[in-house]
Amino acid sequence: MNRRDILRRTAAAGLLATPAAGLLAGCATGGGGDDDAGDTYKGTKSDQNPLGVKEDAPLEVVIFNGGFGEEYAKAHEAMYKEKYPKAEIKHSATQEINKTLQPRFVDGTPPDVVNNSGAGQIDFNGLVSQNAIADLGDLLNAPSLDIPGKTVKDTLLPGAVEVGSYDGKFLVLNYTYTAYGIWHSTKLFADRGWSYAKTWDEHIALCKQIKAAGIAPWTYAGKHPRYMSWPLIATAIKFGGPSVATAIDNLEPNAWKSDAMKAAADAWHQIVKDKYILDGSPGLDHVQSQTAWCQGKAAFISCGSWLESEQKKVTPEGFNMTIQPTPSLGSGDKLPFEAIRGTAGEPFMVPAKAKNLAGGLEYFRVMLSKKGAQDFTRKVSSLTIVAGSTEGVDLPFGLASVVKALDASGSNGFNWVYNNYYRKLERELVDAACGEFFSGRIGPAEFLDQCQKGADSIAQDSSIKKYKRTA
Amino acid sequence: MRHGKYPLIVTFLVPPVLLYVIFVVSPYLQAFQISTTDWLGYSAEADPVGLANFETLLHDGRVWNALKNNALLLAIVPVLTIGLGLFFATMLSMGGRKGRAGVTGVRGTAVYRMVYFFPQVLSVVIIALLWKEVYHPNSGLLNGALRAVGLPAPTWLGDPRTAFWCVLAVMVWANVGFYVVLFGAAMSAIPRDIYEAVLLDGASRWTTLRRITIPLLWDTVQVAWIYLAIAALDGFILIQQMTNGGPNFSSDVIGLRMYETAFGSESKFGYASAIGVVLFFLTLSVAVLALRAARRDRIEYS
Repeated sequence: MNRRDILRRTAAAGLLATPAAGLLAGCATGGGGDDDAGDTYKGTKSDQNPLGVKEDAPLEVVIFNGGFGEEYAKAHEAMYKEKYPKAEIKHSATQEINKTLQPRFVDGTPPDVVNNSGAGQIDFNGLVSQNAIADLGDLLNAPSLDIPGKTVKDTLLPGAVEVGSYDGKFLVLNYTYTAYGIWHSTKLFADRGWSYAKTWDEHIALCKQIKAAGIAPWTYAGKHPRYMSWPLIATAIKFGGPSVATAIDNLEPNAWKSDAMKAAADAWHQIVKDKYILDGSPGLDHVQSQTAWCQGKAAFISCGSWLESEQKKVTPEGFNMTIQPTPSLGSGDKLPFEAIRGTAGEPFMVPAKAKNLAGGLEYFRVMLSKKGAQDFTRKVSSLTIVAGSTEGVDLPFGLASVVKALDASGSNGFNWVYNNYYRKLERELVDAACGEFFSGRIGPAEFLDQCQKGADSIAQDSSIKKYKRTA
Repeated sequence: MRHGKYPLIVTFLVPPVLLYVIFVVSPYLQAFQISTTDWLGYSAEADPVGLANFETLLHDGRVWNALKNNALLLAIVPVLTIGLGLFFATMLSMGGRKGRAGVTGVRGTAVYRMVYFFPQVLSVVIIALLWKEVYHPNSGLLNGALRAVGLPAPTWLGDPRTAFWCVLAVMVWANVGFYVVLFGAAMSAIPRDIYEAVLLDGASRWTTLRRITIPLLWDTVQVAWIYLAIAALDGFILIQQMTNGGPNFSSDVIGLRMYETAFGSESKFGYASAIGVVLFFLTLSVAVLALRAARRDRIEYS
């Protein structure tokens, strides 16, 4: 069993990457065809068809089958089909985007639309540096499908384009709008007479009160401790302003050791020192910790706005989860308490070598239509990057609190993208440092040191393409 | 009939050999070629970089850390598994001595044999998930039992001091059953009269095991040793499912490093292939060494 697995996995690591015929012909890397560029489907551009879709061209869509499932995509495909009845749509859903699609990228026959998400996500840095993703610029300038007088770009929430841009080119459509914050149960807090604290000192005082009541103030996903890096970095940005995030994203020297990061790490160390974290949390994964939180064993948890739909099955009736921004460190904070991290997430892309590239862009136009976006929000309880798409949709409690928090945050909202630029830095290096820090094995100085070492190792690695952003 | 031999051999041999060459040998050869490039895996372009990947590998602390863990697995898993396997197999086929004359197993041998084999029937992923819950710090079976008798309840997979050893224990647990059956089958091939003679001479169980059983089982033990050594260089599925190498890389193994480098947090297929090539030579050397070290004269019953 094990020996076979070694073989299978060695093979999977790119060795059996091409079909058998390609293997015999030479090597896995030589199998790609640059010569088939002429086979792409092209239609005539017109006002009705600004992207030049060939109406009978088949469209292949690969969806990540995760928290959102695949039903929403089938609905989008039906909308596409409605517009192009002659188009054959091939739909598939998988949890292993990388393993399923890697050979097809090499082969030069990728699908037309890929929802590159989940644990099996393909590293975007690699894709971008190999020019494997199509430029979505034409999509942005095309008129919206059902919002008259506006281009697709005009209909998007602020920041949606920036997140998917690499060196100024818009390559990745991040479809959902996600807020990251600290969650609590409104019911639990109402029952106990607690109220969410707006400053860090009050937060610590509240934690003390919660602990005295026999409930652990905090829990987190010990197997994926990077979840805790989010509120920590958010605290630092609110204290020191958005430049804290820009420095981290641009891999500036000692960006992780800025005064703001130091202040934030010192503050968060308090909940570790005072044992305000549920015992055993370092051994829990995200499902286990979120479940413990839903069972009322802990009061706070850090997560993005997907939490509510992820926890749907285990959330007790009337739990009423609410998202809140991180507490302010003090009156000297550059951003107000209401400022929250909001960003576009759930990446979709059209491979540069897609046969029906125009069809892929058109599919995005369907997704970004008001009808497409509202249908998505209704089906999976998540916001999209289409402004105003929640109008007339009944939102569940947690998502309504997300909308409220984003409204209150307004133009003070902030974000960082180093996790998109350098997947390894967040997923492996900062993750490991957070694990050590929040389990109390290292202090704030060592924590920032370990993060900085990770960032430096990325900065020094000449095989990784570097990106810069200005704001 | 003699002249009809070759067509038959060719018909039966060529298809499997061809398949083996296409799906095993050729990928291996390509790994060597890819390991000398900077291929990033999602385009057809790759530039040759010579041995640069291997040079990086030499200075890659994470790779060495993973290798260290594999070395620990290599030193411990085969010894523990074979030791336990031999012990259980002995008890099952000749442990019982009370009352009757002759050589029999302990009472309930058939049941034990089946129970020991259970883990072998389960998929490795199921085993990993099962044990992940057993090690659950708050509601797991293990900590539940510890708390019930008033002992402290560690976080097991969440603590870098214990995570690796927890997975190692599962690895042994999952493997022992198979070797109990393997050794048991080999023991049943040993003539009973040898044991009866030993019994008459008044040898203890330990002496019987050490002087009679193990020497007569040596071929089988050797095979087990090689299998387990190769398994110890792997450990990928259990580690990836249970700890994903964490916390803080404390349970990382070389297979996981390779996977993470190509499919996980990066897409450096060239570098991952270099790790694969190193793993290939390591596995080969371990297998050869195990064969050499364990070589003894074969005993034949006449």
